[in-house]
Amino acid sequence: MTGTSLGNPFQAEVMAAAPGGEKLVACVQCGTCGGSCPSGPDMDHTPRQLFALINAGERDIVLRSNTPWYCVACYYCTVRCPMEIPITELMYALKRVSVLHKAYDDSKAPDFSKVFIRWVEGFGRSFEVGLMGVHMIRHNPLGAFKIVDMAVGMITKGRMAFTPTRIHGMSGLKRILAKAKELEAQA
Amino acid sequence: MKYSYYPGCSNEKFTGAYETSIQAIAGPLGLELVEIEDWNCCGATEYMALNLTAAYSLIARNLALASKNKDLHQVVAPCSLCYVNLRKCDKYMGTEAALAGRVTQALAEDGLSYKPGTLKVRHLLDVIHDDIGLETLKAKALQPLHGLRVAPYYGCLIVRPEFHNGGDDTEFPTSMDEVIRALGAEVVDFPMKAQCCGGHMTQISQSVGYELIRRILKSAADNQADVIAALCPMCQVNLDAFQGAVNRYFGTETHIPVLYFTQLIGLAMGLPPRHVGIGEELVDARPALSRIGSEMAAEAAEPRKPRKDDKALPMPAPLKRA
Repeated sequence: MTGTSLGNPFQAEVMAAAPGGEKLVACVQCGTCGGSCPSGPDMDHTPRQLFALINAGERDIVLRSNTPWYCVACYYCTVRCPMEIPITELMYALKRVSVLHKAYDDSKAPDFSKVFIRWVEGFGRSFEVGLMGVHMIRHNPLGAFKIVDMAVGMITKGRMAFTPTRIHGMSGLKRILAKAKELEAQA
Repeated sequence: MKYSYYPGCSNEKFTGAYETSIQAIAGPLGLELVEIEDWNCCGATEYMALNLTAAYSLIARNLALASKNKDLHQVVAPCSLCYVNLRKCDKYMGTEAALAGRVTQALAEDGLSYKPGTLKVRHLLDVIHDDIGLETLKAKALQPLHGLRVAPYYGCLIVRPEFHNGGDDTEFPTSMDEVIRALGAEVVDFPMKAQCCGGHMTQISQSVGYELIRRILKSAADNQADVIAALCPMCQVNLDAFQGAVNRYFGTETHIPVLYFTQLIGLAMGLPPRHVGIGEELVDARPALSRIGSEMAAEAAEPRKPRKDDKALPMPAPLKRA
């Protein structure tokens, strides 16, 4: 693979964080990813631009970009990339690196993931009412009034559970996740 | 045909109509779905944003539990995201040695293990299309949905190739079209059929999330669909529950019910609408269903807008379907 001589420590960190991430260096800057991306116009940088910034070692700009957080993980770019770069996986990796270093600009999206996972780590299942409730109170308390009809509809149609389901093997799952986090920290 | 079954958290209540309809049609179609004992959440798109090893360990616990049953070698997921997560986990445990090593060590904490390749993960659509087959569906459709115009919405995840085993096209899939035609309904052109609904974006950035939903609804409305058929809980919630909010945000007046393809199968089989969860959707499906003579139609449906004089322009005749 050519281009590795142009590498930098940040590029290496990102590539190591994603399954198949080493293909990042093969980016030919064609822009197919950004052109295919449904949320591309709202991103600070298209994936193509972000990859150029990574390869240039622009760590702070990359980690503060909203791009990974506006990725909807639809894999459209991934299936179209002529160099077969696992772009969606790299976006997930950038989220993780950004969370690890607390380098993001806007905490709304990372907080959503954290609240979601807190319910899963506590009960083994996700819990929509708890997730949307906590997230809205923190980040958009007035927004709740705008979707009152939706909430009422979901409740009257019997689609809202007001208590989370707890799996039986919770203690085992907690041990698995604790070990996983310990190993991730060492990796 | 017997499979391990991973329902996913949404199907517990949030999108209960999906689960109700799956259970209602499974028996008559000859599908035996054995729920994975004490399964847990797949982490959706959230755990992967925070911790790689924990995310895959969470998913792998389900595969480990399913693989305890030595008689069943296939796992069926009705949710696109669960499907992709389970499939990716199986794949990466075979190709990413370092990650697989860490996941294996984590699972061992609870006496569990999973050998990649043991299980084949499949989406429910794939099972119904390939294993049950169109001929069986046609034979079971005792009350064909003649006259119902359906926009088949695949969403993004199940057709992207790396994780897909059904052989459908990555950008213009047709397997659900075929299923819906087998039920006697009409499939409308639907250019947005494999575009993403935005997933959790309504909670991250309203303007981005709502725009993605608007495009899909508009495409279905422009092609005069009576109903959108969904195959994923998240897609259904975005297109159905957020439809009112999206209309207010953009000043649009779209009103298209969103049903699961399994509900349409149930209706075509002649099951009572309530038995397949009709009535749980927020955008009322009854006016649309009255077109097929469903007994749930409370009011007479609005007559469909007459089409413009189609002789005015020299258009080619529509292709005849076999």
